Amino acid sequence: MPNFFTDNEDIQFLFNHMNLKHLAGVCEEGFKFHGEHDFAPENAEDAVDNYRRILETLGELCAEVIAPSSTDTDRTGNVLNEDGTVTYAPGIKNALDRLSQAQLMGFTLPYRYGGLNCPQLVYTMSNDIVSRADASLMNIYGLQGIAETINAFADDRIKADYLPPMAQGKWTGAMVLTEPDAGSDLQSVKVRAYQDEGGNWYVQGVKRFITNGCGEVLLVLARTEPEIADGRGLSLLLVERGPKVKVRRLEEKLGIHGSPTCELFFDDAPAKLIGERQRGLITYVMSLMNGARIGIASQSLGIAEAAFRLARNYAHSRRQFGGPIEELPAVRELLVNMRTDIQAARALTYFATYCVDIEIGVVRKLESGATLDPTAAKQLKNDSRKYKRFNSMLTPMSKYWASEMCMRVSNDSVAVLGGSGYMKDYAAERHLRDARITTIYEGTSQLQVLAAVRGVMAGTALTVLDELLTRDWPPEIAPVAEQVREGQKLLARAMEFIKAQNSTEYMDLCGRRLVDMAINLIVAALFCDHATASPAKKALLHRWLSVRLPEARMNYETITSGNRLVLEEFAALAGPVPALD
Amino acid sequence: MGYDCVVCAKQVPDTKNITGQAMKDDGTVNRAALPAVFNPEDLHALETALDIRDRFGGTVTVITMGLPKACQVLRDALYRGADRAILITDRRAAGSDTLATSYILSTAIRKLAPDIVLCGRQAIDGDTAQTGPQIAEKLDFTLISYLEELQALEDQTIRVKRNVGNGWEVVEARLPVLLTVMNTANTPRPSGAKRIMRFKKAKAPAEVAGEVAAQMPQAGKPEQAAETKNRCDALAAKGLLIDQWDLSTIEADLAWCGLAGSPTKVHRIQAIVLAGGQYRQFQPTDESVGELVGELIRDHTIG
Repeated sequence: MPNFFTDNEDIQFLFNHMNLKHLAGVCEEGFKFHGEHDFAPENAEDAVDNYRRILETLGELCAEVIAPSSTDTDRTGNVLNEDGTVTYAPGIKNALDRLSQAQLMGFTLPYRYGGLNCPQLVYTMSNDIVSRADASLMNIYGLQGIAETINAFADDRIKADYLPPMAQGKWTGAMVLTEPDAGSDLQSVKVRAYQDEGGNWYVQGVKRFITNGCGEVLLVLARTEPEIADGRGLSLLLVERGPKVKVRRLEEKLGIHGSPTCELFFDDAPAKLIGERQRGLITYVMSLMNGARIGIASQSLGIAEAAFRLARNYAHSRRQFGGPIEELPAVRELLVNMRTDIQAARALTYFATYCVDIEIGVVRKLESGATLDPTAAKQLKNDSRKYKRFNSMLTPMSKYWASEMCMRVSNDSVAVLGGSGYMKDYAAERHLRDARITTIYEGTSQLQVLAAVRGVMAGTALTVLDELLTRDWPPEIAPVAEQVREGQKLLARAMEFIKAQNSTEYMDLCGRRLVDMAINLIVAALFCDHATASPAKKALLHRWLSVRLPEARMNYETITSGNRLVLEEFAALAGPVPALD
Repeated sequence: MGYDCVVCAKQVPDTKNITGQAMKDDGTVNRAALPAVFNPEDLHALETALDIRDRFGGTVTVITMGLPKACQVLRDALYRGADRAILITDRRAAGSDTLATSYILSTAIRKLAPDIVLCGRQAIDGDTAQTGPQIAEKLDFTLISYLEELQALEDQTIRVKRNVGNGWEVVEARLPVLLTVMNTANTPRPSGAKRIMRFKKAKAPAEVAGEVAAQMPQAGKPEQAAETKNRCDALAAKGLLIDQWDLSTIEADLAWCGLAGSPTKVHRIQAIVLAGGQYRQFQPTDESVGELVGELIRDHTIG
């Protein structure tokens, strides 16, 4: 039977190679749930076996039910009805029903709310698999972070009321942040929330570009402190779909047609405060956003995977000049680059998610109130700080690199298919259209770089590399690891140069190049580790270094040139502002 | 209220994934070379039963007859939502044709006294479509074959739309009934993640015994039997022991079981390969069509 989990060698490799047993121990908190829930695992092997079976179920559903309807979903889209309700495309409706039946809509929620208590890493794998089947479905399936946010920050009453139906898939959610004048800059959100004399909350105003805004559970970022103009005046509120929430329009988009993008009008809609006032943006949305960024990284992986497979298959069967086009060196290089970059993005994204799981586990232990001996407590606090630093760099890095990779790969997929790729007869053009949003939403690539470069400059990339590279390598990998070490020194020198400029502007100008250098090296270090376990990964490692080390040297040279022409000669180089008709 | 349903399921070789060794030299199916799967149309029968339970209440019990490895389809049924699973296994049932199989299954079903029995229309290995109807006959249940839609179920009356090939029939019957279900009737639900996590550990005693024998090869028979019993008791305490019945449990008359109860004799198996030359073209004229009909009548293909 076709299965998008079992047929994906790279996901299989990472599933077997990464230390899922360790994550199982973290998530299951010493397997204490086994007595309470008859399905909770009794030990690490049992838990990992569960993860495998869960992903196999999902993989089968994706291959057999979801992927076959994705073209139809793309062409049909969703419908905004006159009464303000939204009807999903039939393929999306059916997929959501099936995913609910398969009990897969509460992947990471605790057992007590009906969830599967899986690590974020397994959920990320699931997003990768779903997105390959239908990128637009992932926009709804992947909103499980809404429930996670409620679980992390809301009071027990709200959790008990909302989480079980969300875990069952009866209700879906939406993160309601963007407004016409508040896109990347969420600090300027205007939608307001106020209390009546009885202390009840209401939300008033317009939000737009809201993915699945027609969902039942809306987490709305709104200004509760009108006197505070920045992010500290914003709180997070839960609004249930109802007569006071109107979907005013559905956007017509380039891609992800199965995902309804709504403009919402809140007409003094009743609301519930999540957590504390004023922490809406600075704590809750930031947390939600980090999860969503990993989500988009995994969506990018899935789209790229689908695009690559199509191209690989086509190049094998399409004959020109007397043979299959896969024999032409130029086509070969396209295919090799596509598959290499997918594996690189997957290695980075899964590694980042692994670190997120570790951080969640450490924080949970610290907050559990358990008495720890001082050494253990100190160690936990250090770990907590360390992984927080890792994740605030690795998350934007993954989102940036995976989404840009997705753009390249889906673009190259069309290139391999040539004229046929431009036609609607093949899915290549859909993958390219679907891919285009990934570098934009949940923070554009430029904003991800802005976030990641600060982590790199603070030395986090060097620390991550130290952790990954410091070990006894087998003889065949040791010299390669040494090459990565050399690259690490180059990165350190580039950072020193930027520091010496003492200019944030210059740092941001060099941001993408510096972050690219760091990513090239972190992926190389991860590939060194993978190469110890697989011959195919050894070839991958060598290919990666042969392309990416020269690129790192090029970036080093550009950064240390101190060239500021883009800033200083902007007017001359960008030219005058043209009038548009 | 509610209805107790029994679903008959069969483990079959997966004919979707044929390899070179799918057939033995004697023309019979090489079961060892093919992966074993849940007979596809039985999944549709299970879905109909689960749908009845979801809408009207009641229970769904799945039974299968076969070797202990057939428990895989029982676990699959539990993953999808069945309440109970029963394995019927007995060396004395080996070699049963559809007549003996339907006798054994009907004897087991009688013990369960269901309101509705559901079978897939046919199995992809034998393609006989006989077992379901024969069970109905032996139980003296009304048979409704080729179910395409369950239209109503009210009190003791069921209304079914059945596909008769060139059209549909809507029939009403009093319970108890046996339904055979087509693959166009529904889409089988997927396995539930939490149900998988729970029931992956469900086993029948025969499987436990096999496991014990493999793990404790040095131990004597009584020691192995004691260990098997311990493990089965532990599984039973967690609700994870798959019921296992043999021909004695269901009080079957051995004369009707296994080879003794199977009149079917395979006379000859012939591989028919249609070669390119063996066809004739008829022009779309009245005269030519008349010639074709005449030929088919002479050939005893029609008429």
